[in-house]
Amino acid sequence: MLGTAGELCRLCERAVTSVPVSRAGLSVVAEKNQFSLLAAADQASERLEELQFVLGEGPCIDAAAARRPVLIADLARDGRARWPVYADAMHDAGIRAIFAFPLQVGAAQLGVLDLFRAEPGPLSSPELGRAFDLADEAVTILLDDQARAPGGDDLAFGAALDGPVELFQAQGMVMVQIGGTLEEAMTRIRAHAYAENRRLIDVARDIIGRDLRFDGDR
Amino acid sequence: MTTVSAERLSKIFVEVADTLVDDFDLPDFLHMLTVRTADLVGASAVGLLLADQRGRLRFMAASDERARILEIFQVQANEGPCFDAFRSGEPVLNADLRDAVERWPDFARHALAAGFRSVHAFPMRVRREVIGALNVFGSAVGGNFDDTDVQIVQALTDVAAIGLLQERAIRRGEVLTEQLQGALNSRILIEQAKGAIAQAHGISVDAAFTVLRAGARRTNRKLTEVAQDILTSPSSLATLTQH
Repeated sequence: MLGTAGELCRLCERAVTSVPVSRAGLSVVAEKNQFSLLAAADQASERLEELQFVLGEGPCIDAAAARRPVLIADLARDGRARWPVYADAMHDAGIRAIFAFPLQVGAAQLGVLDLFRAEPGPLSSPELGRAFDLADEAVTILLDDQARAPGGDDLAFGAALDGPVELFQAQGMVMVQIGGTLEEAMTRIRAHAYAENRRLIDVARDIIGRDLRFDGDR
Repeated sequence: MTTVSAERLSKIFVEVADTLVDDFDLPDFLHMLTVRTADLVGASAVGLLLADQRGRLRFMAASDERARILEIFQVQANEGPCFDAFRSGEPVLNADLRDAVERWPDFARHALAAGFRSVHAFPMRVRREVIGALNVFGSAVGGNFDDTDVQIVQALTDVAAIGLLQERAIRRGEVLTEQLQGALNSRILIEQAKGAIAQAHGISVDAAFTVLRAGARRTNRKLTEVAQDILTSPSSLATLTQH
């Protein structure tokens, strides 16, 4: 077993070769905008990623705050006004374009995947598609520290944005039932589906229909 | 169908323009637009789908619950007028649902069962790119759109696209991608908040949406903001219904 951090490091390495980009790093968001580096493709990626938290500015922080991707195809042109210090540091490190993808499901923010490229220019549509796929995969890995079913892709939130709305409504309901966070609610729903060998959508419908609740077993 | 009066039409466009202001909230705006479009053309229901970066359509807004269910159904079944309008870039007009069983087997059956008889779909465009589609459902046959109706609804669909780009001018495709992904995530956030409200107040998720909107209106805040608050500090759930 690689562990979550190990799996995410592999994912960053794959991002470098498959998107492709020069560097890739992944950070998690804890409470109140506290970021910490969780995985990177290599040591140089680690430094690029962590510098944002030292300086308090950068694409990862912006992507998490706005809950949407930050795609800067030309750092020299569009990055300087936004991140005066960080953009210059990136330029010195040979980075010309930055693409940040929030790892999130609605209000649940798990982290940000940052991709750095030495050449300026936008990601092509297929490249962007591969980056979004990797971001979805990272969401699944983060949600699923434990007991991943072999070949259990149908249990994965997979494309997190792909889920039917019932799934998201059920997350909100379970959050209130357990008096916890949305992330905990998502983990509980997944664990239940896994343990009972049921599809997530069926579990979600039971929750919405009030046939299944999670507040009795705490 | 009977074309609307110029007065009514201008009123709606003024209202739409009026919401394109600083504290703009896209999910709220698109919901308003679906409701106004339904009123304007005397349609039973209106729904809106947006495409994500990978070209998959996602539910974004609907004037009422029946339309919402049908839109979600279209997304899941991967067929229906919105898909056709999205793929071809051309509107689907005056489709009689009883004659559409071959064209959209699952969708037509569900739409008929929900009490609809006719459907139209309009592509939503930003420049040359089709980014989504607007669906108009009618409960009677013979409510056919004439050229003027088509122009009006297409204009409202274009306004929805403008709303999406409202936060800042689109310079490159990337900004559109950022906006679209942000909008789709806001939609998920609202569904999660609906669940939380439904659980806390012992009501249905649909009734929860009404509570959420009323709360946002009363406190003069964005729908997304109120939803976000509920999900990050559930203690705000209790105050949501306090007047």
